[in-house]
Amino acid sequence: MANKTIIPFGPQHPVLPEPIHLDLVVEDEKVVEAIPSIGLIHRGLEKLVEIKDYQEMTYVAERICGICSFIHGMTYCHAIETVMNVNVPPRAQYLRIIWSELSRLHSHLLWLGLMADSLGFESLFMYSWKIREKILDIIEETTGGRVIFGSAKIGGVRHDISNQKLQEILKRLADVEAELKPIAKVFTDDYSVKHRLVGVGVLSKDEAYALAAVGPMARASGVTQDMRKLGYSAYNEINFEPIIESSGDSYARTVVRVRELYSSFDIIRQAIAKMPEGAIDVKVTGNPNGEFMARTEQPRGEVVYYVKANGNKFLERLRVRTPTFANIPALVKTLQGCDLADVPVLVLTIDPCISCTER
Amino acid sequence: MSSIIKSPWVIHYDGSSCNGCDIEVLAALTPRFDVERFGIINTGNPKHADIFLVTGSVNEQNIPIVKNIYEQMPDPKVVIAIGICAATGGIFKECYNVQGGVGEVIPVDVYVPGCAARPEAIIDGVVKALGILQKKQEEWKAKVS
Repeated sequence: MANKTIIPFGPQHPVLPEPIHLDLVVEDEKVVEAIPSIGLIHRGLEKLVEIKDYQEMTYVAERICGICSFIHGMTYCHAIETVMNVNVPPRAQYLRIIWSELSRLHSHLLWLGLMADSLGFESLFMYSWKIREKILDIIEETTGGRVIFGSAKIGGVRHDISNQKLQEILKRLADVEAELKPIAKVFTDDYSVKHRLVGVGVLSKDEAYALAAVGPMARASGVTQDMRKLGYSAYNEINFEPIIESSGDSYARTVVRVRELYSSFDIIRQAIAKMPEGAIDVKVTGNPNGEFMARTEQPRGEVVYYVKANGNKFLERLRVRTPTFANIPALVKTLQGCDLADVPVLVLTIDPCISCTER
Repeated sequence: MSSIIKSPWVIHYDGSSCNGCDIEVLAALTPRFDVERFGIINTGNPKHADIFLVTGSVNEQNIPIVKNIYEQMPDPKVVIAIGICAATGGIFKECYNVQGGVGEVIPVDVYVPGCAARPEAIIDGVVKALGILQKKQEEWKAKVS
């Protein structure tokens, strides 16, 4: 029996754009146990509700995470709107779907790039990010921001997209999709990529369920869980199916995300086809009173916003449970018994968003 | 002009930013902006780096890490604080766990504004930093010779 050694991983590590610290207990080349410690980028923004009123908190919610910024803002607005019984106009609901799905596209492309980087496949990383820039262009032209949009607003959205622009977006998405196909094929079919992913870090369906994994992590293990099926915004009027894979390894998680890209293209097309005319926001007056728990689907999985208001302009409590936080137990489980060389890949397969996790 | 100005290597560390500036730093390295064509390479090793890109504010837990990376970098070196959080704390300034900008802990040479800072602004900041780096190198050479 070999001696146990502890190898620190992070917080500053070439594969990680964000700091997370793992103590890897290693026996020879095998990881026996991984002990995560988070809190390096904790800001404590939930407590800001005491000094920023419920309208201003929209900006803070958007800045919880720079990758899924719009969905954070939208979920917060959705929670407040439900508490205040605001009826959001249908056009705003559809615009929210379009921006949510554009966020998902850019987030998944970003992840595919980082994944390729962790495999040491540098050119694939560059190709993925090249395609991602085209999605960012659409986002920038419609909202003005590249990563933080500032489009979410209580009672609707802040910007409108003209019908002419929507048709242009359709055309450009078709180009992006055509460009994506050969890249996606490398992720799903290439021998060297598959060699690093197939059978690595298997999470069974029961384990995924017991450890409360969310999002692509759970779906790759065969758990049918997609919050979009709850029908928030106008998702109940959109026809789509959650993407499920069954093998539960790193390869399945990659395939789920690749297939979700195509699913997002399809959802945007449906939303543009069904886009209703009308106002994009309603005026919201008064203060919220009551509580609500909003659940939406982020690129990384389910996000939960708990809002408690007491008729004051400052909320009493805001609680955010983000997807990466829910996936950390599953990550620790998959790291047990893996090779030391596979650690970066496994850390990335949960699509870690540490700034979400620690808020 | 020496190789350090022609091909500076950068290291990036995320203090406590929201990720927005981090992905913009990475975006600056990828094909659309492609700073690698100017010889700027992202490294993971502080001992190889000339320019330290910090995003986000500092807190009790990451101050030792930021200081550690800074101290491991060889002289001459420059620090660029990217985004409004790295300058003052930004929207999170009033949070209990935010101690303020990176300037509180290590000397910052260039501040890049924006929330999130755009890749163009980041590249502009790096170009400004190169001028400072050159000046620092000349001073350093005068000192040792």
